[in-house]
Amino acid sequence: MTTNRKRRIKWGFVVFFTPVFLWLLLLIVLPQLELLRLSFVGTGGSGFTLRNYLAFFKEPIYWLTFVRTASYAILVTLIVIVVALPVSFYITKIARVRASGFLMVLLLVPFWVSELIRVYGWMILLRESGVINQLLVRIGLFRQPVEMLYNDVTMIMGLVYTSMLFMVIPVIGVMEGLDDALIEAAYDLGAKKLAIWRTIIIPYCMPGIISGSIIVFMLVLGSYLTPNLMGGKNSLWFTEQIYNQIIIYFNWNQGAAFGFLLLALSSLIIWAVLRLTGQSLKKVIK
Amino acid sequence: MIRTLPRSKAYSSGFKVFIGLYFAFLFAPLIVTMVLAFNDSMFPSLPWEGFTLDWFFGNGPRKYGIFNDRGNLRSIAMSFKVALAVTALSTVVGTFAAFLFEQEDFRFKGALYFLMIAPLVIPGVILGISILLFANSMGLLIERVFDVYVKVLGPGFWLVVTGQFSFITTIVALVVIARLRKFDRTLEEAAYNLGANRLQVLWYITLKYLRPAIFGGAAVAFLMSFENFNTTVFLVGSQATLPINLYLQVRDGSTPVINAISLLLIVGASVFAVLNLSSKRERN
Repeated sequence: MTTNRKRRIKWGFVVFFTPVFLWLLLLIVLPQLELLRLSFVGTGGSGFTLRNYLAFFKEPIYWLTFVRTASYAILVTLIVIVVALPVSFYITKIARVRASGFLMVLLLVPFWVSELIRVYGWMILLRESGVINQLLVRIGLFRQPVEMLYNDVTMIMGLVYTSMLFMVIPVIGVMEGLDDALIEAAYDLGAKKLAIWRTIIIPYCMPGIISGSIIVFMLVLGSYLTPNLMGGKNSLWFTEQIYNQIIIYFNWNQGAAFGFLLLALSSLIIWAVLRLTGQSLKKVIK
Repeated sequence: MIRTLPRSKAYSSGFKVFIGLYFAFLFAPLIVTMVLAFNDSMFPSLPWEGFTLDWFFGNGPRKYGIFNDRGNLRSIAMSFKVALAVTALSTVVGTFAAFLFEQEDFRFKGALYFLMIAPLVIPGVILGISILLFANSMGLLIERVFDVYVKVLGPGFWLVVTGQFSFITTIVALVVIARLRKFDRTLEEAAYNLGANRLQVLWYITLKYLRPAIFGGAAVAFLMSFENFNTTVFLVGSQATLPINLYLQVRDGSTPVINAISLLLIVGASVFAVLNLSSKRERN
């Protein structure tokens, strides 16, 4: 009976293992290795070269865009944390219980709407002929319409908007488990709001903040639509450089080098954050 | 500070204003987009020129509504086909992965699990170009060795499906794993003891238990595929999917017909979100 049973399990194992293994090998591992290999090949298909990486360091526009993208991604992540904490706090701890369920549904709806449509909505609102301009001119606040799109502030706002929910959801998930008694006790002992936030709420929510940060950072770093449509021609986002190399200049080897640099950057920062906070990727992703 | 503690009036109302502003910020772009789909104007902007349904049903000569707009309809059909294929494939393989990681033990399981969640932290752009380059190299290699041209490996329908499948499967797997983890395995033991074989146990016991998670995962897969841009943009051939097509129109400016499409998508997504949430609540 036992041997029979064992054979059955082995058979099941093969059925489950093969497609999963092929998926990860053929669509994740080998393509990334090919990306790495091609980034060391010259445009003509010649042998090993470092030219693609040298081009990155020689042309200030490339590495400046890279640094700019990385720093803006970090900035957006920080802004998102600052906005997400009070929102989650209100929904889990302040709003009446009935209202909090309704607010959760409201919060989730835009999450399912595609990034493109959300960005398009902002374009309609903010552009020179847009809704906000028209309203402000009619009220008399503006004498003439002002172009509010195509600058860094708007672009950052757009990135905060599109990635916000990926922070709110994990933070709410953790905050729901925070025992109210802890806050009550601190309050009874005379702690001020700031102290309660600093010593109780934020440390307790740290796992949620970390997993939210990783997802937000990664999404912002790899974002193409939002910087492209809201930042306009001056947005200089690194994904646009990759897109230009691959689709416009058809220089796949240069594009591969850029892609690999972006991958290395995102992995490095995620690894550093996990290391600094003592979390593991496995725990952070559900 | 919280529900049970006394709060100053300024604190409560200040917080309420903040939340009000936050939700206004969240919904303003969506609502404006939907409202302007009914504006009788050639441009998606104010002033309000009167109510019309032309951007849905208009049939020329000036206004072509979405239901008469060949180009957009074709891209919607393409997106549907891609999304169906991706949903079918990723639901099956994602469920297999859930069984593999929850019920089997093997060497390097940890490493393989790590690989499985990697697509979530690899930017979509990179997944797109790496699969494009890899497929291209494979195509060249096959052409050189066997002297046959493999059309499937060039940009087009199947490459888009492959690219989206590569990360959507991870999401399905995580959804199914979350439910499988709560599964009481003694139920399987009981079925074995009553003489069921492995397939019967799988079909009548385990899969039945997993059904809500599998359907939930499939729905998420469909939506993610339908809306994907970053990975797809590198893999499409001559026939664009809806997000690619919409992107070009948004970038270059278009009539409010994109507002009409957006409205349909927003309504679809909202219905989906509410259904998804209520089914989750039922399960708990």
